[in-house]
Amino acid sequence: MKIISAASALSKKMKIKIKEKLYELTFAVLAFSSLAFLVGIVIVLFREAMPIFEKLNIGDLVFGRFWYPTYDPPEFGIFPLIIASFWVSLGAMLVCVPLGIGSALYINEIASKRQKEIFKPLVEILASIPSIVYGFFGMAILAPFLQGLLGIPIGLCAFTASLTLGIMATPTVTSIAEDALSYVPRSFREASYAVGANRWQTLTRVVVPAAGSGISTAIILGMSRAIGETMTVLMVAGGAAMIPGSPFDPVRPMTAAIAAEMGEAPVGGDHYHALFAIALILFVITFVFNIAAEFVSRRFRIKLGLSG
Amino acid sequence: MRKIKTMIVGTAMLALCAVTAQAEKIVVEGSTTVLPIAQRAAELFMEKKPSADISVRGGGSGVGIASIIDGTCDIADSSRPIKDTELDKAAALGKDIKAHIVAMDGIALIVHPSNGVSALTKQQVKEIYTGKISNWSKLGGENKKIVVISRDTSSGTFEAFGELALDKQKVRPDALMQASNQAIASTVAKTPDAIGYVGLGFLDSSVKALDIDGVTPSKESVLTGKYVIGRPLFMYTNGAPKGMAKDFLDFIKSSEGQSMVEGEGFVPLE
Repeated sequence: MKIISAASALSKKMKIKIKEKLYELTFAVLAFSSLAFLVGIVIVLFREAMPIFEKLNIGDLVFGRFWYPTYDPPEFGIFPLIIASFWVSLGAMLVCVPLGIGSALYINEIASKRQKEIFKPLVEILASIPSIVYGFFGMAILAPFLQGLLGIPIGLCAFTASLTLGIMATPTVTSIAEDALSYVPRSFREASYAVGANRWQTLTRVVVPAAGSGISTAIILGMSRAIGETMTVLMVAGGAAMIPGSPFDPVRPMTAAIAAEMGEAPVGGDHYHALFAIALILFVITFVFNIAAEFVSRRFRIKLGLSG
Repeated sequence: MRKIKTMIVGTAMLALCAVTAQAEKIVVEGSTTVLPIAQRAAELFMEKKPSADISVRGGGSGVGIASIIDGTCDIADSSRPIKDTELDKAAALGKDIKAHIVAMDGIALIVHPSNGVSALTKQQVKEIYTGKISNWSKLGGENKKIVVISRDTSSGTFEAFGELALDKQKVRPDALMQASNQAIASTVAKTPDAIGYVGLGFLDSSVKALDIDGVTPSKESVLTGKYVIGRPLFMYTNGAPKGMAKDFLDFIKSSEGQSMVEGEGFVPLE
């Protein structure tokens, strides 16, 4: 009798152990699968982009001024597309940085508890609107409106795209910057008040500098979101593959070029590989942004002594 | 998108092939301009005649004509007439290539209704799109910059326009690129200084179609060849079409087939 009960207890223990191992294994597989996807994507990007680098030298590709992929002979100059991406994203930053950080400061520092309860979810809803809705808004409402208001020849241009993207990236910036502000320990503020600083001085000289790296992370991630956005720029930026001379020129950002052309580019042709090369460059740019954001936010945690 | 469609249709056909092994099979190959017509016609035709098995491929007019000469397809799509050299090659192989016009392709230049310009020459259109003319004042309009709008480089209309109006010269780099005929029409309708081009099937009252070389774009003027930015679209067969190929061509030329042609944005034959 005793032996049997001991054996059953043992098997019960075994069962739990096996179950635990099973869970462990499942989650390990899940975790590694996301890594596998990442590696797979990088490999495919490189493999599909390589043939074009063999035909053209990288300088001609990256700094070529004309993008005529479907002509004979074709021209694969990506430079106007890269400039367009940065042009539009920088414009978007001019919109989303003041707006995003301003609202983060308001929500964190000034808003009453009641207002906070309304604003924070509102910002998060804004972040969850699909980009095509922003694109549609930009194309159907904002572009004709700006065209009339500013007397520009065409509303579908870099400026409209920047504005739309800026509004889109604002919630990302707000949300991350607000988190950074809320991480600033209460003791910092109390110390500041204790030495006689007023609310404004505390905000500008203590809280914002303390959250500075977190706010920088917010800005970098906002930029990364803006540069990778596709649907909106495809619909709003105008699509002309030229180096813009003013904010009101139509442009063709990298993402828009890929989206517009991939469907019709013959698989395995030069055009197809050139589009992969654009994707690779875009990947490298956003990758650098994300690494920068990670680096900056780690420094920020160390600075506040939150963790290593 | 078109490629995906082809793939879906292709897979569906393979599946069909497996089920009805005794189905009569024809292969249609060639011009990507004619592809939407051939594809849609094949879908409709196979709905009506489940025993038919029509496989449609793109590749380009040259590829299609080469295939019909080599005998690897039953119908060749082409957006240009067959060349003499190709006819000689066919004759050498004892083939007698017959042409069938299935539709017309016509492209209209459109501007905002308020634009004072209402006629251009083909040369002027070329100069606007290649970058030599950038101001409406040079065309008898107001002193305003021309906003040039084009179809995206991957579209068939873009290619046709390049061949028919621009003599294959490059479109100016600052031209706006739009993804569809509809997008061009609606952008032009909202932009007073814009010029764009659309398939004849997409004209409506929100935009003004320009006369080219003194001819108003219309079904009649495209059909008679008076309107210069237009062309016939062909399907070629080896000898007079027989069996399923004949039924298929008859279907495209029927009133049902021709209303489908119009629905795809081309000019029907009647």
